[in-house]
Formats: sequence, structure tokens, C-alpha cells
Amino acid sequence: MQLPDAEELFQILAKKIRSAGIQNIALVGIHTGGVWLAQRLHQELDIQHPLGMLDVSFYRDDFDKRGLHAQVKPSEIPFDVEKSNILLVDDVLYTGRTIRAAINELFDYGRPGRISLAALIDRGGRQLPITPQYVGAKLKIPDNQMLELQRDDNDKLSLKIYDKTSNHE
Amino acid sequence: MRIHIKNGRVIDPKQGIDTVQDIFIAKGKIVSIGIAPNEFQASRIIDAQSLVVCPGLVDLSVRLREPGLEYKATLESEMAAAVAGGVTSFACPPDTDPPLDEPGLVEMLKHRARNLNQAHVYPVGALTQGLKGERLTEMAELFDAGCVVFGQPDGLLSNLRILMQAMHYASTFDFSVWLRPQEISLTHHGVAHDGEVATRLGLSTIPVCSETIAISNIILLMKETGVKVHLCRISSTEGLSMIRDAKQQGLPVTCDVTINHLHLSDMDIGFFDSNCHLMPPLRSFSDRDALRHGLLDGTIDAICSDHAPVDEDAKLLPFGQAEIGATGVELLLSLTLKWGLEMRLPLLKTLSKITCDSAQILGINGGNLSVGKAADICIFDPDDYWKVTSNSILSQGKNTPFLGMELPGKTKYTLVNGHIVYEKQN
Amino acid sequence: MNSRNPQLNENGALQHLLTTEGLPVSVLLHILDTAESFVGVTERDVKKIPLLRGKSIFNLFFEPSTRTRTTFEIAAKRLSADVINLNIAVSSESKGETLLDTVNNLSAMNADMFVVRHAQSGAAHLIAKHVRSDIRVINAGDGSHAHPTQALLDMFTIRRYKREFRNLRVAIIGDILHSRVARSQIHALTTLGVPEVRVIAPKTLLPKMVERLGVHVYHTMEKGLKDIDVLMMLRLQNERMTGANLPSFEEYFKYYGLTPEKLSLARRDAIVMHPGPMNRGVEIDSAVADGKQSVILPQVTFGIAVRMAVMSILAGNQT
Repeated sequence: MQLPDAEELFQILAKKIRSAGIQNIALVGIHTGGVWLAQRLHQELDIQHPLGMLDVSFYRDDFDKRGLHAQVKPSEIPFDVEKSNILLVDDVLYTGRTIRAAINELFDYGRPGRISLAALIDRGGRQLPITPQYVGAKLKIPDNQMLELQRDDNDKLSLKIYDKTSNHE
Repeated sequence: MRIHIKNGRVIDPKQGIDTVQDIFIAKGKIVSIGIAPNEFQASRIIDAQSLVVCPGLVDLSVRLREPGLEYKATLESEMAAAVAGGVTSFACPPDTDPPLDEPGLVEMLKHRARNLNQAHVYPVGALTQGLKGERLTEMAELFDAGCVVFGQPDGLLSNLRILMQAMHYASTFDFSVWLRPQEISLTHHGVAHDGEVATRLGLSTIPVCSETIAISNIILLMKETGVKVHLCRISSTEGLSMIRDAKQQGLPVTCDVTINHLHLSDMDIGFFDSNCHLMPPLRSFSDRDALRHGLLDGTIDAICSDHAPVDEDAKLLPFGQAEIGATGVELLLSLTLKWGLEMRLPLLKTLSKITCDSAQILGINGGNLSVGKAADICIFDPDDYWKVTSNSILSQGKNTPFLGMELPGKTKYTLVNGHIVYEKQN
Repeated sequence: MNSRNPQLNENGALQHLLTTEGLPVSVLLHILDTAESFVGVTERDVKKIPLLRGKSIFNLFFEPSTRTRTTFEIAAKRLSADVINLNIAVSSESKGETLLDTVNNLSAMNADMFVVRHAQSGAAHLIAKHVRSDIRVINAGDGSHAHPTQALLDMFTIRRYKREFRNLRVAIIGDILHSRVARSQIHALTTLGVPEVRVIAPKTLLPKMVERLGVHVYHTMEKGLKDIDVLMMLRLQNERMTGANLPSFEEYFKYYGLTPEKLSLARRDAIVMHPGPMNRGVEIDSAVADGKQSVILPQVTFGIAVRMAVMSILAGNQT
């Protein structure tokens, strides 16, 4: 299947967020792809608050089946979450479980005023009542395939699709 | 019953016999070896083709756990185990509950054993009352009741004056004294050899000098009292060399080694295998090697099983709390053969360590195949390798470091006083 | 005679944590790296994550130790596990119930993990060998054998302050003979590639052939502390006087107690560690314990993150 160009999608996403004109926003990227996107958005949109990063490994609901990743990256929220206006950034939105885990984790840092969600791609298949506010594109991907964001040495983003070999969200 | 054992490889270390020939038994005795007596009508013919026919084995230490400790094992279970292992005579240490320190207890044990009509039981009388190391036992009375020798199985008496008196008294009647050389104050609460393994596992230790200091004391007391001493369960290179020197000086001293110490070292404790909690402790690999060679050069006179059945619960504890001991009377033959094979010895030499040599230490008229003697015989297949499992062992104790191992040599028939007391079912 | 490492499953993943001996470097580093991310958790407002929600962790302490038990309890609670504390020091065992009886009874209460402290070396191994295969066992100290989580938090602390293991000289000072902490430290340090590990103690406090564990033996602080980057002090127990290991606390302090003068023999940027609880004036002078080279309090903080890491890695590894 012909995949869209990730760089183009990023520009679309950035434009949508900019045109919404929200004030005083703080960005939080979800490891790993979401963090790359959040870093780019942070520059592009000239955000004042320092960038936040989440590794939701400790909040996943499938820990029992999959255990702990070999490399859990530390979560880092370098701004005061209390009453803040947070834009959560992820690469591919699918079942919604990662977002659920991320929201739960954010609440352990404080009580945000508002959380909204941006995703480069919404591939459908939601299992939880979660809706993104900003999306680069919607794509229909079969359940037996994985869609992943990649970044090369020049920080250029691209999409890759492959067959599921193991159970993945 | 008249029995004709046919075509067996008859090995008698005492007489130096190793040839294929027949044995004829009548009225409990061996009546002929080689040629059938006139008009011999066998009521049973045992075909011993490709089997070894040797004297019934003599084990210097088998615990029956009677009286007092029947939850670990019973006379019935352990006597059955002994004959299944080809053992027809054994010494039984006095560390029962109560200890074998009164003629009545000894007579009862002899009586119960005799009624089972299996192996011959030779009780070792307690050297001191209650084995407490305070007062002497009535050794002469105990002898009349059936004790053949006198011992103190839990290590050396803390009061050397009492030990000296006990040795003096025993020598009055020419009794042998059996001692396990271990200086208690150096053993302390130790559970393992003072070496690399105990250091790694954090186990409290028993230094080699607890054995050597005891041997040294015993040798000096032997010179003082003139008593015959058998040193039970030697474990160290240094201990062995002291015994070698004493023998060269002509002192009447003998010693034995257990099947466990002959094959294992402290490395076999692995991850706290409580079946390796033994006394004396399994020592280093080089000690094990020295014991194997000491047995070969005759410094060590005999191999014993040091059979100690322990109930499962008492072994399912952290290493240091687990009860000491291993089951072994059924492994004596196999582990002796294994030693002989590994040292490339002829069977004649190998088997002497568990037949005529041990019989001589015990002071009994057994361990050989002479015409006119009681027909105590072991018939085994040297090429039958069997796996040690809790099912393949008859003893009530299943505790042995050799569980899971394949060992050579399986008893097919055991005869005591000319009766077949064990016959392996196929 | 089974020689497979009983801590690892067939895939080499950690099944129980019983000792640091024989653990691959990758497993040790995985624990330390995971602990790094838990340090962040313990610095937040809500010091709790839902990772082990619904799991039951039993603290089985057959030997009293409020301190160690508390750190395990905090670690488990921060992971949202249910924690049940049992001090079985005297109760069950004196009633004739065996160690395994106790463990089997608790397993029937749907335990997921046992944290075990016992006075006998090998107790944790025994439990690990006989528990249901889905239960995980953490050794919180067995006799003189091992105390792996203490050693791991020590490694974590060393890495925090010294970054790299491969250029360090480390000295462990005190009662090596009876110390489960020392044994676990030695195995962890040598596995992580520390090129020189020393032990400093009088001969009565050193086990036989200790050099076979890969350490250099010193009997004086003057020689042993030269060029040292990390000093790991051990607690000296009262029993060592009655057991004739030492003549007096005073003499011990004079020759082996860590004073500012003795500390000055080590490198100027050396750090001082102690597993606690400290005997001030016996193995360590207050001026050192509270001094600027001391990292004893950070050790306690990191201990929670390291125990969280061990618990979550074990809970996540399938049988």
C-alpha cells in the first residue's frame, strides 16, 4: 500500500494546531515517535513551556502479558502540571490504550486544566472512547499490520508498515 | 534347602579366588565350591551365568533408626534395603533414641532383627552412658548381650580423661573402640568444609583441624592405653597422612571412608543441596582424591555406606537446619564398583573393601566364601546400570546426593545362612 | 546436582532474585537502568504508579528487620501492589511449622511474590525451588549468604556518583566473614567489571579462600585504602565479641573504624557507603558518616527505586 509522506503529514498537523490558535500550551510527547514529533512542534510553534516526555511503560494495561521493556526511558515533565493546558502528542493513534495510560500518568504529576491530543496518523480501531483534536491524516490499516514512525540520521521522518509478528497494540 | 549356584564368576577376595565355577549349599552352609558333592540334589538352582558371586557385603555403618526414631525408618524397611543392596552383615551405630547403652536394648534389637531372618545385625555398644561422655557403659555386659565393639559416633569426648578411661577399660577386655575423629569445640555449629564453597554460600564451617586434632589425640591415647581403635569416616588428606604414619609405627589402628566422601566434594553442594549435608562434611576435591588413593594403598581399610535414612521433612529445610545424613546401604555395592572402575582395579581388589576387610574390622567370621562357612552370598550383575530414584530405593530414606545418577552393579540374589532373602524381580 | 541457575528461566530472564552471583551483566544493567526511571517516580507529587495493581506481595521476615522490610513495603506500595507484612521470627517456627509449610499456606492465599528474610543461608533458594511456578521470590537476606537488593542499590549509587565501573578501586571493610551484603557486593562488582575489589579486615573476620571470589585481601586500613574510589563499610554485630572474633569494640574502632584521618588515605573524591544501620564509633566515625564524602542517605533513597525495579521486572517476566 502507498504510504503518505510523513514530513508532509507533519506540516499538515502543525498547520492545524497553529490555526487553532490556542494560548499558553505545553507539549508532552509519548516515547518514542511522539517525542520526535513534539520536539519538531516545539520549535515550529515556538512554544514557551519546556517540552515534556512520557514513557507510559509503567502505566500500560498489558504489563501482565508483556512484562517490562528492556529500556524504559524516564518520564520527564519539566513544567507545573497543575491547571496547565497540555497537548499530548503521539505518532500513530490506534486502540487508544497508550493515550489512556499517558493521561493517567499525567494526573500523577498534578491536575491539568485541559488535555488535548494530536496524532500524526489515526488508523482507527479504537477500543476506548478517545478522540484526537488534531490529526495529520486518517488511514485504514488492516489489524494484522503495524504502522510505525521512523527517523533517519538527518532527522527526516518516514512511515513504515509491516506484518505483526507478535502481539502489539 | 539345597542350592546350586551355577556358572557364576565366583570372587572371594579373602582366598584370592576369581574363576567361573559352581557353589553348593546345604543346611545353611557352603558345602562345596567347584565340584558337586556326592548325591547332591539341589532344591533350587540359581543360574548365575554372567553374574558375579561374592561374599555377602559387610557394611560398617547402617542406621536402622530403632529404637526410638521409627518415623525415619523401621527395622523392616532398612533390613529389606540392606539385603537388596547385597549386604548380609552390618554394624549398627549406637546413636538411637535411647542410645544402645544397656544390655536390654541390645538384646531387644538383636531379637527383633533375628526374627526378621534377614541380614546379621552387629550393634556397636555406646562407649559412655547416653553417649554423654560422662560415665562408662557396662561394656562387658553389653558384649554378652551382643555388642561386638564400642563407639562414640558423634565426635570426640570433650573430656579427654573420660575417653582415656573408656579406652583403658575397653582394652582390659580386648574390645575395639570405634571413634569418629572430630574435635567438637572446633566443629562448633559448622555445617560445611572450610573452603571456597562455604565462603561463597555463607555456610558456617568445620575446619580440617577438627579432624586432625582429634586423630592426634586418639593416637596419643592409643599409645597410653594400648587399645585397638577403628577411626570412622575419614574426610581429609591431612587426617589420612596421620593415620598412615600411625600404621607405619605399628599401632593397631584401622579406618574407613563413606561412599559419599569417596565420590563427592563440597562442590556437589551446588545450590544448597541438603542431601549433601553430611558429617564429617564433604571436603575439597583434592581431599576426595586423596581418600580414593588412600583406599587403594591400604591406608583406608574399608568402605561403608554410613546409611542414615532421614524423613523428607527433615531434609526440606535450609541447608544448615536440614538433618545430617544420607541413605546408602543400597548404594554401597554400586559406588564401590564405581570407585574400582574409575581406579581401574580388578574386581577382586575392589570387593575386598566391602567384604573380608570390613569383616576383619568388625571382628566377625564372615566376608568370605569358605567351605563349611555360613552361606552369606551376594550375586550381582556388574554390567547392569541402574538409576537412583526414590522408587528404585527400598529404604524409607530417599535422601542421597546420588539421586538421579546411573550407577553400575545391581544385586540379583542375596543369601543369608543359605536362604534366599532377596531376589530381584524383573 | 542441578546446575542451572535457579534464578533464571529457560530464556535467561530473571525469575527470582536470590543472589548477585552468576547473574549476567545484561540483567544487572537492566535492573539499574529500570531503577533510573523509578527515581523519577519517587520525586513526583504522586509517588505511585499502577504497574503492580492487584498483585499481592508478602514480606516474609523470619528474622526481624524493620528497616529492610519498610523499604520493600514502600517500593511495593509505590507500584500499587498490596503488601502483607508477616513477622514470623518466632511465631510459626516455634510452633513446629516448617518454613515450607508457612510458604505453602501463604501461596494458597494467592500470593504473587515473596520477599524473604531468613537467618539461614539458602532459605530463599529453598523457597524458590518449592513455590508454585508463577510465584516470584526476592531474597531480602539469607544468613551469611546473600542480600542482592542491597548490593544492587550499592551498584546504583556507585554508578550515580562515579558513572563508570571499569576504572574503579573499591574497598569493602569489616566483617566479611558473616556478611551477606559483602558477598553480594563482591559478585556484583566483579560482574560489572570493577578491576580491583579489596577486602580489609582482621583474619578472624575473613572467610577462607576469600580471594577466590576475585578480591585482594588487606589487613590494615593504611595499605588497603590507598588509591580507593569507593569505601563500602559493613556493620559489625555485637555477637562478634562473644564469638571470640574480636577482643573489643574499642580496639576494632582504633584499627578498622573509619575516621576522617583514615578516609584521607583514600582518593580525595572517594565516596563512603554503609548498608545501615550504622554503629557510630564502632565501624564508622560520625564525622565521616555525616561528612561530605558520605552517600549513605542517598543509598537509602535509591534503595526504593532499585527494589521497585526488581519487583516490576520479576512480575513482568513470564514463567
